Amino acid sequence: MYSDKVMDHFMNPRNVGEIENADGVGQVGNAKCGDIMKMYLKIENDVIVDAKFKTFGCGAAVATSSMATELVVGKTVEEALNITNKAVADALDGLPPAKMHCSNLAEEAITAAIEDYKRRNGLLDEKDECTACSRRCDDVHHHHMEEEE
Amino acid sequence: MGDKLIYLDHAATTFVKPEVVETMLPYFTHKFGNASSIYTIGRESKKAVEEARDKVAMALGAQSREIFFTGSGTEADNWAIKGVAYANKAKGNHIITTAIEHPAVLNTCQYLESEGFEVTYLPVDENGLVTPEQVAEAIKPNTILVTIMFANNEIGTIQPISEIGRVTKEKGVYLHVDAVQAVGNVPINVVDMNIDLLSLSGHKFYGPKGVGALYIRKGVKVTSFIHGGHQERGRRASTENVPAIVGLGKAIELATKNLEEYNRKLLTLREKTIEEITKRIPFVKLNGDRHKRLPGNINFSFEYIEGESLLLMLDMKGIAASSGSACTSGSLDPSHVLLAIGLPHEIAHGSLRITFGEENTQEDVDYLLDSLVTIVERLREMSPLYENVKRGNQNV
Repeated sequence: MYSDKVMDHFMNPRNVGEIENADGVGQVGNAKCGDIMKMYLKIENDVIVDAKFKTFGCGAAVATSSMATELVVGKTVEEALNITNKAVADALDGLPPAKMHCSNLAEEAITAAIEDYKRRNGLLDEKDECTACSRRCDDVHHHHMEEEE
Repeated sequence: MGDKLIYLDHAATTFVKPEVVETMLPYFTHKFGNASSIYTIGRESKKAVEEARDKVAMALGAQSREIFFTGSGTEADNWAIKGVAYANKAKGNHIITTAIEHPAVLNTCQYLESEGFEVTYLPVDENGLVTPEQVAEAIKPNTILVTIMFANNEIGTIQPISEIGRVTKEKGVYLHVDAVQAVGNVPINVVDMNIDLLSLSGHKFYGPKGVGALYIRKGVKVTSFIHGGHQERGRRASTENVPAIVGLGKAIELATKNLEEYNRKLLTLREKTIEEITKRIPFVKLNGDRHKRLPGNINFSFEYIEGESLLLMLDMKGIAASSGSACTSGSLDPSHVLLAIGLPHEIAHGSLRITFGEENTQEDVDYLLDSLVTIVERLREMSPLYENVKRGNQNV
């Protein structure tokens, strides 16, 4: 059910770990739903120079975390914010329909980490605040239920 | 991954024993007659079906005319529950079951609720047990059926069926037992245990898939399930799947004959695995009763990790097992059984079911244990939930 690329990123995940003195840290999901993603970003001159993650979750959750860290490195903050869940899934040669919510989680983790960075640097507009505060799992899951229908 | 396969999922299905396959083969080729035909090869098929029926009856302590072949364990459950419900509507509309039944029973009960029946789902304790007292208290004047599984497919807990049978007999209520996981693993006698209906499935005890049986005690009122020809005495029409029925007969005969030895073997593997996991891996919890459980069943929760990841990594090492996490159930929630025994969602997500069988060895157990230690450690290192635990430990 998983593509070879998903299995590769699951068995050999890139960028697992933490960044000491990270410039932005975001955590989304919750244990009740069975997946939590925590992303650490190192940002220099508005460019993401390093990304690391820790994930509690299924194979797709680990693989999307790994892919998300690969996608953000080298991008500007604004470019990274434009990475969609679909882009993460496509980069993994797709995800099974029931697992698409895991890619939402990856997109949210990127957003949450960048918001943290902006907050620390006084760059956050109030209206932007907390768009990626960890949603309840049924929100995320509802999303994929609708897609399946 | 290579070709290595250590199969530890016998509760899902088993291989078919070579001697079972051998007894089946002639009924695909030269003994292909329809069991309803009057000529020689038809009569041979009929005879083979009846011999298989005798073997099932013998294994359960029933009479042959009380055994009806079905297409699966699920079908047997559906027939028993709907059949009793519809045939006894005039007497009452209340059914009692438990919160941890297999979906074949739970979803059938839910369907009957939509048809106007009333269903009580008895809660279980933290080990997955119901008590005969709970059953007695739940029985009302309009109760027609109690349906309780013999042994749970996920956590292996074995229910006090004999004691429950005494209660239902005394109260004059039918008792249906889903024994799909129990047959071939636990001694069963339907007369001694006061069981009125019992479901079983061939592929859980080294028989073929696509064949099951329902025991219906003589005198129990049940509607016919599939309407058509006169097969299975008109109760379950369909041309008999002769090879599968023959295979089920042979498999249940072997299972009953070897029951004690098989049990001893599985118990040794089970006990060693439980002891070693508890000793070698921190933050684990055994789910299900420590002793009242199927001899080959182990169900552990590994905190701070998720079950599907665990299964995938085990698979990469050639180990096939099962989990009750949401990601493997394809639904929003982890296993209803694990939630019913009171596990929080996050602990239920990290569950692993191992079910041993015929071909497993001590070497398999050693390989499993070494693999598990490495994999659990690796996944925990990756888990944001484990960071705090490690920090907590360092502070101590």
